[in-house]
Amino acid sequence: MNGTDGAPGAQEWLELDCRQMRCPAPIIELARHIGDVAVGQLIGVAATDVAARIDVPAWCRMRGHEYAGEATADDGVPVFLVRRTDAR
Amino acid sequence: MADSRYFDSASSEPLHPAARDTLLAALEHGYADPRRLHDQARNSRLMLENAREVIANCLAVRADEVTFTPSGTHAVHLGVLGLLAARTRTSDLLVHSAVEHSSVVHAGRWHEARGGRVARIEVDATGRVQPGLPDEPVGVIALQSANHEVGTLQPVAEVAASTDAPLFTDACASAGRVALPEGWAAAAVSAHKWGGPAGVGALLVRKGTRWRNPFPGDDRVDEHGTGFENVPAALAAAAALQAVVAEREETAAHQAALIDEIRAEVARTVPDVEVVGDPDDRLPHLVTFSCLYVDGEALVGELNRRGFSIASGSACTSSALEPSHVLAAMGVLTHGNVRLSLTRDATREDVAAFLAALPDVVRDLRAEAGL
Repeated sequence: MNGTDGAPGAQEWLELDCRQMRCPAPIIELARHIGDVAVGQLIGVAATDVAARIDVPAWCRMRGHEYAGEATADDGVPVFLVRRTDAR
Repeated sequence: MADSRYFDSASSEPLHPAARDTLLAALEHGYADPRRLHDQARNSRLMLENAREVIANCLAVRADEVTFTPSGTHAVHLGVLGLLAARTRTSDLLVHSAVEHSSVVHAGRWHEARGGRVARIEVDATGRVQPGLPDEPVGVIALQSANHEVGTLQPVAEVAASTDAPLFTDACASAGRVALPEGWAAAAVSAHKWGGPAGVGALLVRKGTRWRNPFPGDDRVDEHGTGFENVPAALAAAAALQAVVAEREETAAHQAALIDEIRAEVARTVPDVEVVGDPDDRLPHLVTFSCLYVDGEALVGELNRRGFSIASGSACTSSALEPSHVLAAMGVLTHGNVRLSLTRDATREDVAAFLAALPDVVRDLRAEAGL
C-alpha cells in the first residue's frame, strides 16, 4: 500500500502503476483492479497520460464510484484516487 | 470508397451541386483583379460584389459588413485580434469560453505572447458557458455560436447583453445550418462547412464597431481584407450558402430527427457509453459520444474499415496526443470518442447501417482489451 508520508490522518491506497500507458489503458487497469480493494477503500491510478485527469473522474461517474481527488507520487507523477462503493 | 458513408460534415461538407456549377462557370471569367478599371476587372468585381451581397443576405447582415478571407481560421484571427487592437485603451483582457475552436485559442496565445491577457469562461457538463464574467473591464469576449465538437448552442445574445465589451462569435460550426445569433460585434464563417469550397471564409464586422487590422493590412477596396480575393470560390461559396439556407428548415428537421435517433439508440445498444452535448438546444446535424475502455484511434479505424467515416476527439487521434480540450472542459470521458456529423443528403438507411454496426465494433474492441 502507498500513502502520504505517515502524516496524522494519512490515507492509504492500492496504487496502480499506469505510467507511460496511453488512453484508455489506465482506465482499463482501474476497471480490472477496483475489485482488489474493499468497499470504502481507495485505489490510486498513477498515470502520466494527460487524459487520465479527465477520464478517471468520468469513469467514477459512469460506474458509480467516488472520485477522491489527486495525490502526487514520489516521482512527481499524479495519482488519481478512487473510493470503491458497492454500486457495481 | 464508393460504399463509404461520410459522417464528418462538421469537418467539411461535400461541395454542394450549386457551388460546383457556379465554380466551373466562374473559373472562366473571374480571374482579373477586381480593383482595376478595365472590362475584365469589372467582371471580377461584379462577381465578387454579387457573392458578398448573397452571403450578406443569407446571413442577414449588410454587404459592407462582409470581408472575404482565405479561411474561417483567418477570419477568426482577424475578428478576435482586430477587436482587441481597437480596445487597447480600455482593456487588454480577452475572455473566451473553455470550449472555443482552436483558432480562437491560438489567437489568444498570440495575444498573450504580445503582452495581452486571456481568461477562460468555464462550461457546464453540456458544454454551455456558465454565467459570470471577470469583475474588471474586459477587452473582448469570444463566444462561439455553437460548439463544433458537441453541437451545444451558446447563449451569445445573453452574454453580449451582460457586458459593454464587444463580443466576437465564431459561427463556423453553425453558419448556413441555423441563423446567426444576435448581439455580436464581429463574427467568422467558413464556406467549406456549408458545402462551399475550402479556402473561403468571411469576417463579419458590424457597422459602427471599432476594429483595427492586427496584421500588416493591404490596400484592397475593403480595409478589413488582405490579398487578392478568390473570386470564383467566393461566388461558389455564396451559391452554396443560398442553396442550403433555402432548404435549411427541411434539412435541419430531417437531420435533427436522425440525430435524436442516434442519441437514443447508441445509449440503448452500447453499454458504458456517454452521449454528450445538450440533447435539445444544439446544432441539428451532429452528435458526440464516448465509449468506455475503447481506444479512439482503433474505433475510427475499425469503423472506417466497415465503411463509416467519423471524427474523434480522443487523444490518440490528435497530432498532439492530447484529448479534446472541449471534452476535457466539459469533464466528460475523452477516450473512445466519436463525433458523427450528417451531410445534407444523409439518409435514414445510412444511419441505420451505422447503428447496426456500432455495438459489434465496440464489443470486439473491448474484447481485444480483455474486457
